[in-house]
Amino acid sequence: MIAQKRAFPLGISILTLLVILGLIPVIIRYLYGIGAVSNLSDGRPWGFWISFDLYCGVALAAGGFTLAGWVYLFNQEKYHAVARPAILTAFLGYTLVVLALLIDLGQPWYIWHAIIYWNIHSPLFEVAICVMTYTVVLALEFSPAVFEGLSKSNLPVIRRFNWHVPLRVIRTIQIPLVIAGVVLSTLHQSSLGSMLLMMPETLHPLWYTPILPLLFLTLAIAVGPAMVIFETTLSSKAFGHKLPMDILSGLGRAIPYILGIYLLLKLMDLTARGDIGLIFSAYPQNLLWWGEIVVGVIIPIFLFSMPGVRQSRGGVFWSAALVVIGLIFNRFNVSMLALAMRPGFTYFPHWMEVAISAALVADALLLIWLAYRLLPITRHEEVAEDAAIESTLS
Amino acid sequence: MSKAVLCDANKCIGCRACQIACKQWNELPGDETTNRGTYENPPQLSAHTFTKIRFNELENDGKFYWVFTKLQCMHCEHPACVEACIVGALQKTEYGPVIYDDKKCIGCRYCMVACPFGIPCFEWDTPIPWIRKCIFCADRLSEGWEPACVKTCPTDALKLGEREELIVVARERIAAAPGKYVNHIYGEKEVGGTSWLYLSPVPFDKLGFPTLGSEPVTVNAARAMGAVPPVLLGVAAAMAGIYWLTKRRQKLSQAKDSDKEEKGVTK
Repeated sequence: MIAQKRAFPLGISILTLLVILGLIPVIIRYLYGIGAVSNLSDGRPWGFWISFDLYCGVALAAGGFTLAGWVYLFNQEKYHAVARPAILTAFLGYTLVVLALLIDLGQPWYIWHAIIYWNIHSPLFEVAICVMTYTVVLALEFSPAVFEGLSKSNLPVIRRFNWHVPLRVIRTIQIPLVIAGVVLSTLHQSSLGSMLLMMPETLHPLWYTPILPLLFLTLAIAVGPAMVIFETTLSSKAFGHKLPMDILSGLGRAIPYILGIYLLLKLMDLTARGDIGLIFSAYPQNLLWWGEIVVGVIIPIFLFSMPGVRQSRGGVFWSAALVVIGLIFNRFNVSMLALAMRPGFTYFPHWMEVAISAALVADALLLIWLAYRLLPITRHEEVAEDAAIESTLS
Repeated sequence: MSKAVLCDANKCIGCRACQIACKQWNELPGDETTNRGTYENPPQLSAHTFTKIRFNELENDGKFYWVFTKLQCMHCEHPACVEACIVGALQKTEYGPVIYDDKKCIGCRYCMVACPFGIPCFEWDTPIPWIRKCIFCADRLSEGWEPACVKTCPTDALKLGEREELIVVARERIAAAPGKYVNHIYGEKEVGGTSWLYLSPVPFDKLGFPTLGSEPVTVNAARAMGAVPPVLLGVAAAMAGIYWLTKRRQKLSQAKDSDKEEKGVTK
């Protein structure tokens, strides 16, 4: 079956190579300390790992709770086909966050201290509790796919097990699970903003605001459907499944409203604080601000508002990609670029920092590939091939 | 009552004996550095250097000044590091010091990011790293001794005492020699007050002290954390409510449909 698809195994070998390359700095890090593989310093204690793996990783996993909530709580059956892939990527995203923390924490073998020594005043404590519980919730939300896959296994020994029993258990608690997922995500997405509230003196006033948690949550909700469009389009290209166009354009239709609320919140907040002039005067930080707003918010609002764009697979995909890029821009701004360093320090990520993160992403992509191969992820959405639309994408 | 130290930049002669005393008491190794054309050394605080004297050459009101200021943990009254620490490894004690428990720390470095003074440091080059910073010689204080740096200071530029009393002393010194001091006790109000207080002949921003408001930096984060329980319950209730509504609507429309069908049959 794998041999039939020749194009993809090349990708698989590249991903495998990335994982192996990433392992080398990981080994060096555990032998000689974080300083040996990173340019982190006392002046920049949080760098590429926190900005990319944690801040972007969590936000880009937002497709899981937005879609699960939309399908199961708001009862939008139409989108059922994308809920499972969204939950899978969210689960892998969160697993990645945990793995990244095992690299970034100074003493990862004490990570369990977060469970026994509570500091309920720390936003990071909220983050930790949410990561732990939501990862479990996501695993449970995704588990039916595994049970279904196992019950159809080629090995009779595995197939004979009563997989419908755990399946039925998960089905009965499915709605509470989804509600828990939405609640935990609301808290978790916003708590990453709360973490930055501790830095009123070092985070630039273009970004520092008491409503940072709300802004974090709103942008995450907007990026949820965008990320689902982005990843399902890519996976449909890789695995040859096609999603119905009305699912994609339906997801796209929601995005400009959420981004509009986000933009409004951001501008009203700046005006209320009397800092709105900074978007023109605070050079060079204002360029970063305009960058994330224009690329990730204003252009996507226009694009997704155009029916022509929403009806084209390429249009939806690239507009969603802009939202994703804008989010990454924003999270890097707030957690690194607009956050003042201690005087006398500079920071640019070491190539080994980037290599470790790249290896983690490659890990996730490999797992997604395996899941699509082995588990029923996309069984509902087989649609006739459409070569014309395919070509607009490539 | 909480202990504090008053640092008088007019009395400091830049001998750096406090740096050495700190290294001795805390058994810290020396760092190899290079000549940067200044007596100030090492260039930064680090996991091996909890305190250092900053040598400031500057002009103020047309006059040349060479001012020495001591840098170490300020032991805030409302410490951001303590609020930030995920496991509560950092604690503000009643008697002043912000202390650190390496049995709890997991090395997340949030304290370093949160500190408005940029003080806590990390052991970057060891596989088993801890956070290191000045702990106000909490061990010595509990024995009734002065901190090592205060004990060793030859010019009484560092004075240990009760915080309220030291603020009175500082006011008296400013009043006695108004031309010699700027009318500002750094640390009295900054970020809600600190246990280390400074007097200076020139404005503090010229000495590299961060210009900070009088509100503790933890206020907004604390507010956000206080909103967590209501948000949790609110979102859970809202989601359950939405589910109930959509299910009910679905049921009603199904009932209507079957109703119509039934009526159609009977007619």
